[in-house]
Amino acid sequence: MTVAFTEIQETIRMVQMESLDIRTVTMGISLRDCADSDFKKVQENVYNKITSYAANLRPIAEQVEKEYGIPIINKRIAITPIAEILGNHSREEAIELAKTLDQAAKKLEVDFIGGFSALVHKGIGKGDQTLLDALPEALSVTERVCASVSIGTTRTGINMDAVKQLGTIIKQTAENTKDNSSIGCAKFVAFCNPVEDNPFMAGAFHGAGEGEAVLSVGVSGPGVVLNALKRYPNVDLGEVSDIIKKTAFKITRAGELLGREVAKRLDVSFGIMDLSLAPTNAMNDSVAEILEEIGLERVGTHGTIAALALMNDAVKKGGAMASSYVGGLSGAFIPVSEDNGMIKGIEDNALSLSKLEAMTCVCSVGLDMIALTGDATPETLSAIIADEAAIGMINKKTTAVRVIPVIGKTEGDTVEFGGLLGRAPVMGVNPYSSAKMIQRGGRIPAPLQALIN
Amino acid sequence: MEKRAVVSVLGKDQVGIIAKVTNVLANNQMNILDISQTILQDFFTMIMLVDIRNTDDLDNLLKDFKVIEKELEVTISIQLEDVFNAMHRV
Repeated sequence: MTVAFTEIQETIRMVQMESLDIRTVTMGISLRDCADSDFKKVQENVYNKITSYAANLRPIAEQVEKEYGIPIINKRIAITPIAEILGNHSREEAIELAKTLDQAAKKLEVDFIGGFSALVHKGIGKGDQTLLDALPEALSVTERVCASVSIGTTRTGINMDAVKQLGTIIKQTAENTKDNSSIGCAKFVAFCNPVEDNPFMAGAFHGAGEGEAVLSVGVSGPGVVLNALKRYPNVDLGEVSDIIKKTAFKITRAGELLGREVAKRLDVSFGIMDLSLAPTNAMNDSVAEILEEIGLERVGTHGTIAALALMNDAVKKGGAMASSYVGGLSGAFIPVSEDNGMIKGIEDNALSLSKLEAMTCVCSVGLDMIALTGDATPETLSAIIADEAAIGMINKKTTAVRVIPVIGKTEGDTVEFGGLLGRAPVMGVNPYSSAKMIQRGGRIPAPLQALIN
Repeated sequence: MEKRAVVSVLGKDQVGIIAKVTNVLANNQMNILDISQTILQDFFTMIMLVDIRNTDDLDNLLKDFKVIEKELEVTISIQLEDVFNAMHRV
């Protein structure tokens, strides 16, 4: 059956008027064969492997984008967590390796390379500790390297010794990059229950269960969903869910088609489709505005979590039908600085840090791109991570923290990060201390999987 | 084998749009299979189904389209037909 002109019009409208795009094609590359006792050799192996495997990523993605007429916004690389190949090398060498990764990203003209990472949810190995020690400097001397650390899972509990270190690491990174709005912190995320095939930054890495090289896709399209809902202003919530499902289906199919084509031309296997609604600062490309369209005067008010739960579930139901392999984070993102509706919610005092935390119970993926007052202590930052990790651990879902304590800024200021990272109102933190709990260290034991109320 | 794509033109209605766009298609050895025009959210919209089997290089075509886009203040895009089948057929 040929496609009707009305359907062609719908697609054209989605692309040209409603910001439909493929947010990212991310190539995962295993670096496990790059380890060596000679550090120069490690650098060489890593650089050569990444730049040869992904040599054509950008040109091929651009060619596919041109032929199918749907923009692919970002081309990215995810690699084996670097801690796993660090071995006995030093902190200084780990920083050098971060610079090598940065050079590879620049050579390939990809916007980010993710995987300067360590998985320490149960304990901290030698290479892990070296990576943690290197993080503040590595994040401040590189531009395109993204880092992540897994500090908890439902199966292992939460490693509070690691959480304690992260507070200090984030604060130090903020200090190191204070002349640039503490931007280093925007490239770092702390995870509970991380996934091995996430194509989105800053948390992408190529997990241990993945193959040699793989291509995964993250679609987007809050604008498309928003406009679809606007055409039905008075339907009941069952129909709202239905409209979102149908829209998510179409968006996902477009993403899957382009992703598979890019993978085929690169001669790597197709990994997964990540069904996430990822907002941008473009007009009407906001997740918050979808929630408001469902019927909230401003995002953050009572009913926000119910609306978000409905939306997130509908996106997954529609998307799961549209793709053969769904994975990654697959849930709505609610980054503050990258979503005009969220920014407005905070500026109008409708949305608070506590409400944002609560929202992460029903959607991917956590406290994301939130600017905090610069005097937030390392212990407070650790405690924020611990709270978010506990939500993930108990609810068996991924949660993450990507917060930026902006040195020199206080509550009510606004900070500009520029580009895709957007701008954010600076939020205050609870003035009371969590230091005693963080200082205790140890692990929070893994939770029961029964008796779960 | 036939390889089909959809060419769409969005913008303000005016004299000569079809003539100019179809001229570019002819110069690039593209056969028009179907054509329709309508008004979509206050914009003039022309949609053409074309056979592009004789074209290896879309860059040339896109360059030609750029000239008309500027001259007529319209937006022209070309997309392989597969994308519409994927989005609108289960």
